[in-house]
Amino acid sequence: MPGKAAGKATPMINVILDIVSWILILSGTFFVVTGAIGLVRLPDVYTRMHGAGLVDTLGAALFLAGLMVQGGFTLISVKLGLIIVLLFFTSPTSSYALANALRSQGVRAQAAGEDLPEEKAEEGSTSTPS
Amino acid sequence: MLSLGLTLFVVWLLLSGIFTPFYIFLGALSCAIAVFIAVRMDVVDHESHPIHLGSKLPGYFLWLGKEIVTANIDVTKRILAPSLPITPTVFRVKASQHDELGQVIYANSITLTPGTVTMDIDDGEFVVHALSQDAADDLSQGEMDRRVTALEDDA
Repeated sequence: MPGKAAGKATPMINVILDIVSWILILSGTFFVVTGAIGLVRLPDVYTRMHGAGLVDTLGAALFLAGLMVQGGFTLISVKLGLIIVLLFFTSPTSSYALANALRSQGVRAQAAGEDLPEEKAEEGSTSTPS
Repeated sequence: MLSLGLTLFVVWLLLSGIFTPFYIFLGALSCAIAVFIAVRMDVVDHESHPIHLGSKLPGYFLWLGKEIVTANIDVTKRILAPSLPITPTVFRVKASQHDELGQVIYANSITLTPGTVTMDIDDGEFVVHALSQDAADDLSQGEMDRRVTALEDDA
């Protein structure tokens, strides 16, 4: 009987889907928390941006993917997928805007090979590594 | 133009989720008006609506996704390691794409990969801040650059 087989199979699949979705959500959370720790531990504004990078790439993507598994094949999952796509297009744009603004304001990175744009360079920059 | 309209309409259908004829009619009408306005503003070109990249993008996104995952794990290790083993580096990397769309894709891909952020664009070169020397060396090898250029060329 197909009805019987389906009735038996469905709970099992639900359990597996729940486990998969929880693994995804928890690993997403792990990256978000790590990104937050990075924000505290890293020394200057540029390196902190790398910490924030964890949050809006794998952190958000895994979290939303976990929610998509919960949503199943529905329009909700499609919308969650669109959020991931939106994040992956907008977050580098805003990171670039932030980094470029800092740089054009002459905020120096504590980094090897730091070379600021010409008009700021007289404040003393190290040489560029080859 | 037709493809822009179709894309808008599909997004409308997916976001609305109400499939009665009246709503679908409203959706089609809105899309038509949006396309009309976009065409009148002359903003529909290969940059705002890059369908010519369409067939090659999925492969690139898969590769980029793999890069993002490995970079995430690398940055995670560095942040959580008690000794905080980072070596922040600012360096220049050559962008061999011939148009701005390709450069944008390359610059955004660099930024999207944790551990490297594009800070400035200067005559076909990007100024990149990297969290570690390893990430900087990886990028300097230029595999991402080649892939973005290939994306553009064969389209």
